[in-house]
Amino acid sequence: MVARVQLPREAKSGEVIEIRIAIQHPMETGFRYDLAGKAIPKNVINTLACRYNGTEIFRAELGSGIAANPYLQFYTLAEASGEIEFSWVDDAGQRGSERASIVVVG
Amino acid sequence: MTGDWFVPGFSRLALHVFPTSAHLRICAVPLLLVFALTANAAEPQRPAPSRSGIEFAGADIRAMQADDFANPGMLWVERGARLWQEPAGRGGKSCASCHGDAKTSMRGVATRYPLLDPGTARLMNLEGRIMECRERRQQAEPLRYESDELLALTAYVAHQSRGMPVNVTIDWQNRHNFEAGRAMYYRRMGQLNLSCANCHQDNWGRRLGPETISQGHGNAYPIYRLEWQATGSLHRRFRSCLSGVRAEMLPYGAAQYVDLELYLAWRAYGLPVETPGVRR
Repeated sequence: MVARVQLPREAKSGEVIEIRIAIQHPMETGFRYDLAGKAIPKNVINTLACRYNGTEIFRAELGSGIAANPYLQFYTLAEASGEIEFSWVDDAGQRGSERASIVVVG
Repeated sequence: MTGDWFVPGFSRLALHVFPTSAHLRICAVPLLLVFALTANAAEPQRPAPSRSGIEFAGADIRAMQADDFANPGMLWVERGARLWQEPAGRGGKSCASCHGDAKTSMRGVATRYPLLDPGTARLMNLEGRIMECRERRQQAEPLRYESDELLALTAYVAHQSRGMPVNVTIDWQNRHNFEAGRAMYYRRMGQLNLSCANCHQDNWGRRLGPETISQGHGNAYPIYRLEWQATGSLHRRFRSCLSGVRAEMLPYGAAQYVDLELYLAWRAYGLPVETPGVRR
């Protein structure tokens, strides 16, 4: 599972920053059948959370209506320098995480 | 007269059409006529002006391809970048061990493919070259055609040529591959009895249902197709098209597909590489 996180490397204190994440995942709906006619079990990323220096700032619960390779974008206030960490889990129990750091000046 | 049919990317010598003995027996004036007609029929055609498939896509698709973060194909490129550094096989060597930084060593490489392999004289596309390198040089377990790993590496290598013009050369060595590809392009196939040319050469720019028919260039492959919800190769696209006209699909990596790829690369001469492209 490959994921990409994008956020500004540097921001001013109190500035609104854009955070984006894209995760490579099939987001199997559970409604599809394979070539042998067998149902493909549902497997989607069901929970995704984002922590900013340990404090949760964003959480999403995804379902089978979300396209493969989900891409999320949201905004937050730059408060302090540190780590922004994403973690997620899918129906098969596979966990993933990705982190990026930000420097806040002023 | 030769000047009329000189086309960039095409060796002038290779294009000469020799009159058969039947032509030679006829007197001078009809000979010239027959010669002109044969030459005309032999001249390969390119759409004018050449337009990349992205120009036929909607505004949302164009925006998605242009944004390197929103473009889901970049996930495959990213994976390819990691695989590039990953040791594999008996020697424990990675792609980077020999080729170094792909940003410099792979720059412009994709614009020249498919290319004749000097060892086997077989025409190889980028996927074929990566598979061969992996099996023979790295001595690692082969990558399956259309596997995520092979797509990732292909996308990563082709991405290094983004913005550079497609530039294959047709000469006496790959001429028969080119002609085989061209013949396939014009051959009517399947229950709908359509050739590639029926849509992509004769009717590009017109509507087919909600879609505008593109010129069918391969300059953005591997592409992320929303219909597939994944990145796929040009051969996957060939198979979708063949299934669309209800023709028999050839297996991935088939030699006929690589010949067709060469013809398409010649047809896309000068168009910029877009990998990873996004299409509907």
